[in-house]
Amino acid sequence: MIRVDQVSHQIGGAPILHDISLEIPKGGITALIGPNGAGKSTLLSLMARLQVLRQGEIHIDDMQIGKVSDRVLARHLAIMAQSTHVSARLRVEELVAFGRYPWHRGRPGPEDHALVEAAIARFGLGPMRARFLDEISGGQRQRAFVAMAFAQDTDYLLLDEPLNNLDIAGARSLMRLLRQMADEDGKTVVIVLHDINYAARFADRIVALHEGRVAAQGPAAEVVTDALLRDVFGTDAEVSVIDGQPVVLV
Amino acid sequence: MLHRRLLWLLLALVLACAVYMTFAAKGSWSFLLPFRGQKLAALVLVGASLSVATVLFQTITGNRILTPSIMGFDQLFIMIQTVLVFMMGSADYVGLPALLLFALNIGLMSGLGLGLFTLLRRGARGEMMRLVLTGIIFGVFLRSATGFVQRMIDPVEFSVVTVVTYARFNTVDGLLLVLATLVTLPALWAAWRMRARLDVLGLGETVALGLGEPPRRSQSAVLVLICTLVASATALVGPMAAFFGLIVSALAHVITPTERHAILLPSAALTGAVVLVGGQTLLERVLGLATPISVVVEAVGGALFLFLLLKRRRA
Repeated sequence: MIRVDQVSHQIGGAPILHDISLEIPKGGITALIGPNGAGKSTLLSLMARLQVLRQGEIHIDDMQIGKVSDRVLARHLAIMAQSTHVSARLRVEELVAFGRYPWHRGRPGPEDHALVEAAIARFGLGPMRARFLDEISGGQRQRAFVAMAFAQDTDYLLLDEPLNNLDIAGARSLMRLLRQMADEDGKTVVIVLHDINYAARFADRIVALHEGRVAAQGPAAEVVTDALLRDVFGTDAEVSVIDGQPVVLV
Repeated sequence: MLHRRLLWLLLALVLACAVYMTFAAKGSWSFLLPFRGQKLAALVLVGASLSVATVLFQTITGNRILTPSIMGFDQLFIMIQTVLVFMMGSADYVGLPALLLFALNIGLMSGLGLGLFTLLRRGARGEMMRLVLTGIIFGVFLRSATGFVQRMIDPVEFSVVTVVTYARFNTVDGLLLVLATLVTLPALWAAWRMRARLDVLGLGETVALGLGEPPRRSQSAVLVLICTLVASATALVGPMAAFFGLIVSALAHVITPTERHAILLPSAALTGAVVLVGGQTLLERVLGLATPISVVVEAVGGALFLFLLLKRRRA
């Protein structure tokens, strides 16, 4: 479980998050949504300790962010930041192998190699394993990064807008892979999404942020409503329910 | 396959050393062996430490174009010499015991270098690119300030400064060589021990942190290593050509195309040593000591670097 307790955050004097308290239960996919500037990426990067937490507390299970060592946390929490750019010229298989680093710290054993192979096979990276990251498509690259996070073998996976720049096929296949990881491997996935429809379709729970506060949270069917779009997103798009699922008609 | 290339590099180094030691050997071996051996040891040591320092620097800044000398690190050495000559006069400066000057140089350079980087880093608030840009500007500032002081020195004394601001291997003090080795080898060993961490740092700050390797702490450790390596090499022979690190790291990337530091570090160290020993052989035997080695390295290296750039564009 991820517990956020009275977290506030300012960037350059401008308040981004106001006194947020939130519990994300273990298992399933939780999507953070909200308009631009609502603070969803900030909240995620505080959970991922990419930004320093100054006010409030965040616990991942019984580990407190800022107190627990980075090495220990790396075995429980994998992160995939926005627009992950790697300047090093790496092959796909080399990138995936880095996922094991928190466990072997430079001395991979047979078990590490086996897990890397499993990750490569599972995410369908076999045919492109020897290609360089800058030679494959954006969707394939994102898949390689998720495979790396999978090889890291953590209970929690945090992703910041992984669907940016992906076409519909790439976006859907990535979300399906995450869904699989949550359902079959029991991973807890927290994901910042821009597109409400993807959140409604693939996430178990949605947390909507608005001006640094939690505006609504719960299953998609309860959260994604005309009222949410009007009050939080400031647009008059209609929500229609198809097969029991809310769909925003854009 | 990459390991085999390392072996080839090692073979090239042994060959270059053998040529350097035996080519056009006139006179008794009891004189030649220690005389040339000492210079050879200095060449290998300086070549290896500057190359490793450059690779380390390029890894923590995430780029292939910057080197410590472009950040004005060598300038620190020239500035120290200039200020020393300015304050005590060339006669007293030349009269300084070599050991004292060496210790002074190595201490001041690594101290000032680390202080500089720490200061710059605080200003850059953790953004490496900002640190690098500020560093380049600061290098220009150091250069101008040194130039200003040099213009105020008596022209005769200025010539003393000019002589020491080029890397020379012709007069290597045995004691200093031992001291520099004692400083350099542990630093090289520490860099080797960090090879897996360096691989992770090369992935960028966010990914490194996600894998449990907080970049800021490792960057500090690496900066200490860089300062130590460059300072001891420079204090031993003077500032090498600014191009040197750049060329050697580019060459190492061509010879052993990998991001793994377990390969890259030895590859760069060997390449650096081969380039320096080869360059010095050319200089001493063919050009008859007409120019400082840094000029040869700049000339050969500049052309080579251009070639590499053009070749990559076509590929």
